[in-house]
Amino acid sequence: MPKVPGMIKGLGVTARTMAETIKPKKLGGGAHTVQYPHEKESPPIRARGVIALREDNCTACMLCARSCPDWCIFIEAHKDLAPPRRAGGAPRKVNKLDRFDIDYALCMYCGICVEVCPFDALFWSPEYEYSEPKIADLLHDKTKLGEWMETVPEAPALEAGAEKKKGK
Amino acid sequence: MSLLAADLPYWAQSLLRVLGGTVAVLLPAGTIVYLFLFKMMSFMQSRLGPMEAGPYGSLQLFAEVGKWLQKEDIAPENADTRVFRMAPLVVLVSTFLLVAVVPFGPDAYFTDFDAGVFYMLAVSSISTLGILMAGWSSANKYSLLGGLRAAGQLIAYELPMVLSVIGVVIQAGTMNLQSIVIQQNDGEIFGFDGLGNPFLLTQFVGFLVFMISVQAELTQTPFDMPIAESELVSGYMTEYSGFRFLIFFIAEFATAGVFSLIASVLFLGGWGLPFSWFGWESVDGIDNWMNVGGPLILVTKMVVLSGIIMWVRFSFPRMREDQLQRFAWKVLVPISLVNIMITAILKVVF
Repeated sequence: MPKVPGMIKGLGVTARTMAETIKPKKLGGGAHTVQYPHEKESPPIRARGVIALREDNCTACMLCARSCPDWCIFIEAHKDLAPPRRAGGAPRKVNKLDRFDIDYALCMYCGICVEVCPFDALFWSPEYEYSEPKIADLLHDKTKLGEWMETVPEAPALEAGAEKKKGK
Repeated sequence: MSLLAADLPYWAQSLLRVLGGTVAVLLPAGTIVYLFLFKMMSFMQSRLGPMEAGPYGSLQLFAEVGKWLQKEDIAPENADTRVFRMAPLVVLVSTFLLVAVVPFGPDAYFTDFDAGVFYMLAVSSISTLGILMAGWSSANKYSLLGGLRAAGQLIAYELPMVLSVIGVVIQAGTMNLQSIVIQQNDGEIFGFDGLGNPFLLTQFVGFLVFMISVQAELTQTPFDMPIAESELVSGYMTEYSGFRFLIFFIAEFATAGVFSLIASVLFLGGWGLPFSWFGWESVDGIDNWMNVGGPLILVTKMVVLSGIIMWVRFSFPRMREDQLQRFAWKVLVPISLVNIMITAILKVVF
């Protein structure tokens, strides 16, 4: 077959893309974009939309707050007594969270806090609809961060032969 | 226009011509911007384009024009203000002057004079002046470079354009655009008159050279160095805002429309369909409905041609400045000169 000149091939690519886009959705055509406010975009399941918090796992160890390049995590906690693990034992001392805020006006979505958390308290969620008319309202507290836990996808299955993680 | 002009007072004729000219300039511009710039380009990039203003974004044009009209009319402090303000108008005027010679039907034309082709080629270079004015008066290095590039490019590509049209003029034996149209539709190829004799067939090389030069004259993408945004911000348009930018914008697409009109007049048979389809023998035998049908046929051809111009624009990357000049002088000009020679020889032979 004779070689088609690149110039003509290029015209073919754009023409084909146009035909694909005009073709009705039912026939497998349509644009790659989404008319956003009318239909919701479905981001990839592991998309970095927002950081969610599982409050029970947090020990207020402050690793996330200290590793945050933007200093956008605010943690306050107090010592509290929890019931003993076994009957007859002494009550355990735990850190109870008073405040866990992330200022999303500062956050740059680097994910270091999620990586650094030793107790699996922070997770990436693909949720993205949380814009606010006022910049100060982007400071979200632990209740709101906890609500986003529902949108966090299940952890992917471990690879065959991988050591199962203990605890959690 | 002369159809109506016969029994109308002078002021009414003038009013009709002004209205007709405005429609003939703005309608192609609007069609091209919506159909190709908004929609076709989006589809080629696998997106939908404007969808909110009106059904399928059809009112987006009005939204855009409204937005531009609201903006402040700014001139740089060091600019040559008078020239700066005038430049976009000069560019737009050349479009209006161009449309004056385009025949839209057997009696529907603004002017019908014998040096039509010559006038068309002369007037189309006025826009170079406007662009050079804009570039020079902006007091901005990007504008100046863009303006100079534009001037160099427009002059370089004017030449192959003129030379490619000469082939048509030789074959038709006239410079009158109206007679060129009639010859194409009335003509025959070796006794077969079912297709007429569109000069597209005999002057195919000329047509290609003409369309490439038009692409460059319009500074559409493979040849858009004057407004190369990665090097020159926006070239000669850098300092313009508000309705003056809008006028540049309209002029760009209106000129695309008018050049497509002219290309279809020169090569595709203009407003006519082959006369043998309807059994018309001569110009006087043409039915009167052609004065309404003719413009529609011409606009259809215009949409096809400008669609090709825009398709090329959306598909190709920009050439380099020296490649552009080399292409004009070393490829297009020799090709069109050879085309003229062959046409002249064949004209004598047949």
